[in-house]
Amino acid sequence: MKIIDDALALRQIQDSLRKNYDPTKKLVTICAGTGCRGYGCIAVKDELEAEIKKQNMNVEVRATGCFGFCEKGPLVVIHPEKIFYQQVKVKDVPDIISKTVAQGEILEKLLYRDPDTKETVLKEEDVPFYKKQNRLVFGQNGMIDPSRLDDYLAIGGYSALAKALTEMTPEGVISEVKKAGLRGRGGGGFQAGIKWEGARKAHGEPKYVIANGDEGDPGAYMDRSLMEGNPHSVIEGMIIGAYAIGAHEGYIYVRNEYPLAVMNLSLAISSAKEAGLLGKKILGTDFSFDIHINKGGGAFVCGESSALFASIEGRAGEPRAKYIHAVEKGLWDKPTVLNNVETWANVPVIINKGADWYASIGTEGSKGTKIFSLVGKINNTGLIEVPMGMTLREIIYDMGGGIPNGRKFKAVQTGGPSGGCIPESLLDLPVDFDKLYEVGSMMGSGGMIVMDDKSCMVDVAKYFLAFLQEESCGKCVPCREGVRRMREILEDICAGKGKEGDVELLEHLSTGVADGSLCALGGSAPNPVLSTIKYFREEYDAHIKNKRCPAGVCKALITYSINPEACTGCTLCSRVCPVEAISGEKKKPHMIDIAKCTRCGACIESCKFDAITVE
Amino acid sequence: MVNLIINGKDVKAREDMMVLEAARTAGFAIPTLCAHESVSRSGSCRLCVVEIKKGNRTRIVTSCLYPVEEGLVVETNTARVQNVRRLVLELLLARCPEADVLKKMAAEMGIESQPRFVADTDKGKCILCRSCVRVCEEVVGVSAIGLFARGSHKTVGTPFMEQSDVCIGCGACVYVCPTGHIEMTSTGDKRKIWGRTFKMQACEKCGKYFAPVDQLKYISKKTGVPVKEMATCMDCR
Repeated sequence: MKIIDDALALRQIQDSLRKNYDPTKKLVTICAGTGCRGYGCIAVKDELEAEIKKQNMNVEVRATGCFGFCEKGPLVVIHPEKIFYQQVKVKDVPDIISKTVAQGEILEKLLYRDPDTKETVLKEEDVPFYKKQNRLVFGQNGMIDPSRLDDYLAIGGYSALAKALTEMTPEGVISEVKKAGLRGRGGGGFQAGIKWEGARKAHGEPKYVIANGDEGDPGAYMDRSLMEGNPHSVIEGMIIGAYAIGAHEGYIYVRNEYPLAVMNLSLAISSAKEAGLLGKKILGTDFSFDIHINKGGGAFVCGESSALFASIEGRAGEPRAKYIHAVEKGLWDKPTVLNNVETWANVPVIINKGADWYASIGTEGSKGTKIFSLVGKINNTGLIEVPMGMTLREIIYDMGGGIPNGRKFKAVQTGGPSGGCIPESLLDLPVDFDKLYEVGSMMGSGGMIVMDDKSCMVDVAKYFLAFLQEESCGKCVPCREGVRRMREILEDICAGKGKEGDVELLEHLSTGVADGSLCALGGSAPNPVLSTIKYFREEYDAHIKNKRCPAGVCKALITYSINPEACTGCTLCSRVCPVEAISGEKKKPHMIDIAKCTRCGACIESCKFDAITVE
Repeated sequence: MVNLIINGKDVKAREDMMVLEAARTAGFAIPTLCAHESVSRSGSCRLCVVEIKKGNRTRIVTSCLYPVEEGLVVETNTARVQNVRRLVLELLLARCPEADVLKKMAAEMGIESQPRFVADTDKGKCILCRSCVRVCEEVVGVSAIGLFARGSHKTVGTPFMEQSDVCIGCGACVYVCPTGHIEMTSTGDKRKIWGRTFKMQACEKCGKYFAPVDQLKYISKKTGVPVKEMATCMDCR
C-alpha cells in the first residue's frame, strides 16, 4: 500500500475505499471468530465462495470478526437486507446462495426463533440478544475482515488518529479522555486519563504504552474477540495514547493460547506500518511510534501489571510492590501506561465522537459501554456490549434469554475468579464499577458466569479458590499459603468433613489474605468465599451442620434414589450406569445400590421421567 | 531529612530510608523474616506490614519496601496489622512446623499454631523468603540456585534439582537463611551442599580446611589474585 502521508490523503483513501464498500451492494458476512471456527465456519465460508463461483455470481463473502452471539454459530448475515442466519451448515449453503442471495427468498429454518414466542426474527438488530446492546466498540467486528486494513479504513478507521495528531495537542488528548471519564476495562477501573497525565508528567525516557491482552478469567473472552476481530481499533487507540504521553514504543501482551489474535494483530501491525500509520513519522507528522507483540505463556498472574512487566523483561512473572506507580516506574523502571485491550479500543471512539457525547452514555461514575461475556447456565452464551448501568436482570433475561431447561436462576459470578457471586435479590442492580464493588463483587474484565439452582455455592467457591491457588505466583505468604488453606477447608466442607467454626475461620483467613497479600490476585482472592458466605450462608451451614448439599452437587453428601411411583421400568438408567449400581426388571421400578453408586449423574441425565432424586 | 509520624511520635528519617528503618531507628520493633541486610528486598514474608494513613485513606503496606515520605502517618501495631502478622505466622508454622525461629517468634507474639491446618511434612524449614536466591545472584554472582514452579508448588533449588556446575560451595545461602533450612555438612576435606560434594582447601600454615577449592578459584578469577596466594586461612593471614 502507498504511504499515507497526511490527514488529507487518509481522508481521500477512506472516501475511495468507501465506494468499494457500498452498503447497498450484495455482501455475505460470516463470523470467523474462534467460537464460530469451532463450529466449522471456515468450511461454510469456503462453500459459500465455491457456490457463488459455481452460480457465476459476483458477490463478496467476507470472513469477519466475532459477532458475539456464540451460542448460535456459525453466523451468516446477508447484506444489504441484513438477513440473519444462525447455526448455518455446509449443506445449507446452496439454498442460501440460490434462494436468499439471488432471489431474496428467506430460509425460515435458518432464522433465529424466539424460544418463548416461537416466532422467527429476520434481521440481526431485531434479535433480542442484540436489541438492547449499544455496540460502540464491538459493533464493527461484524463488518470488517480483520486481516484487511482497507476494511478498517473504509469504516473511517484511523480518523481519530489523524484528528489527534493534526488537530490536538497531547495535553488536549489527555483532557478529552479525562473528560470522557474512561475507566480501565481490565478490572481496576482506574481513570485512564489520569493515568496518562501521570505518565506524561513523569520524568524518564523512554516511555512505554502497553495493551494488556493477557485475558485469563475462566469464561471471559471479550479481549480475544477484539484483538481477533478488530485489531486496528486497539492499535489506533494505542498510537493515540502514545502520542498523548510521549511514548515511541509499545507492546501488546497477548496470550499465546490466542493464536488467531496473535496472527491478526501481527498482520494489522505490519499493514499499518506499510501504510505509514505506525512506525516512523506517522501520517507525515514528526511523531513516531512502534508496537511489538509479546506472547504470554499462560500464567494468569501475568495479567497483573508488575508481573506483566517482569514477563516482558524476561523474568519470572511475579508481581512486585507497587508503592511507586507504573506511570513513574513501570516497564524497565520507565514511565509506562498499561491499559486493557478494551480500554484502548474505546479511545478512537472518544476522539472521533467527543468526550461529551461519550460521557452521556453510562452512569454517574462509569461512562460508556462495557463488553461482557455471558457464560454458564444461560440460554444465549456470547459477548454483549451494553451501556454501563444496565441491570443484571436485563442482561441475563432480555439478552441472555434466561436460564436453560426451565431451571431457576441462583447467582451470577462477575469479575473473574476473584469476583463475587451476586444472588437473585440483587438482580435489579445497575451494573457499573462502583455498584458491583458495593455488593462484594467487581467488574473485573467483564466475565459473567450464570448459575442455576443446581449449582452448589460452596462448590463454586472451592472451584475458584482452586483456580487461584494454582495461579498464585507463590511469592508472598498470605496468597501462597492462605489461599491454599482456605481451599483445603472448602474441600473438607464439601467432603462432609467441615467443622463448627469453619465459616468464621474462613472469614478470619479472608481478611488476613486480603490485607496481607502483595498484589491484587491475593488481595481479591477471598471474594468468592466472602460473597458466597454473605449471600448463601445457609448452604455452608447445611454442609457443615447437617452434612447435606442442598443443590445436590457435593458427592460425599448426596444419595441417589429412584422414586418407584415415577419410574416406568424403561431400563435406560441401568444401561447407562457405568458401575452397574442400578437393577430392576423391565416395566417395574428400578433400585439403586447406594454402596456401588458413584453419584456420577449419568442416570439422572438419561431418565425421561424425572424419577431419580438426589438428596 | 523527611518528617513522618510513627505511632504518634514525630520521627525524622533520611530520604533514602524505608519505613522499616525509620521505625526501627525510632525504637519501634517490627518483625521481619525476609529482609536481610545483604540482599535486595522482595516483600515476600509480609511480617513487616504496617498501616499507613494518607489523607482519609489507610492501607496496609510492607514497611521494608515503602519509602519514607513527608507527612506520612504510620501505625506499626494496629489490630489490622496484628491480624496479618498472626495469619502469616500461623501459615508459616503449618508449613514449617520444625522451624525454631518461627516457633520462637510466634511465642513472643503470643501466637499459637492453628489446629485446623494440617502441618506440612515436605517443605522442610523453607519459608520461600528467597534470601538465598538473592545472595547467590546479587552478592556471590553465580545464580546457582533459583525458584521453580509457582503457587504452593514453588521450591528453591538448583536447576532441575541436579548438581550445579556453577555452585562454588561458599555457603552464603546457608548464612542468610533465616530458618536454617539449607543443609551444609563439612567432614574432613569434604563439604556437601545442594547435593554436590566440594573438595576443601587446607590452610598452608595451620592445616585447617577453610574454604572449597572451587570458591577460591572463583575469587581468583574475579579478583586476579592467584589461587596460591589464597591458600592460607583467615586466622593465619
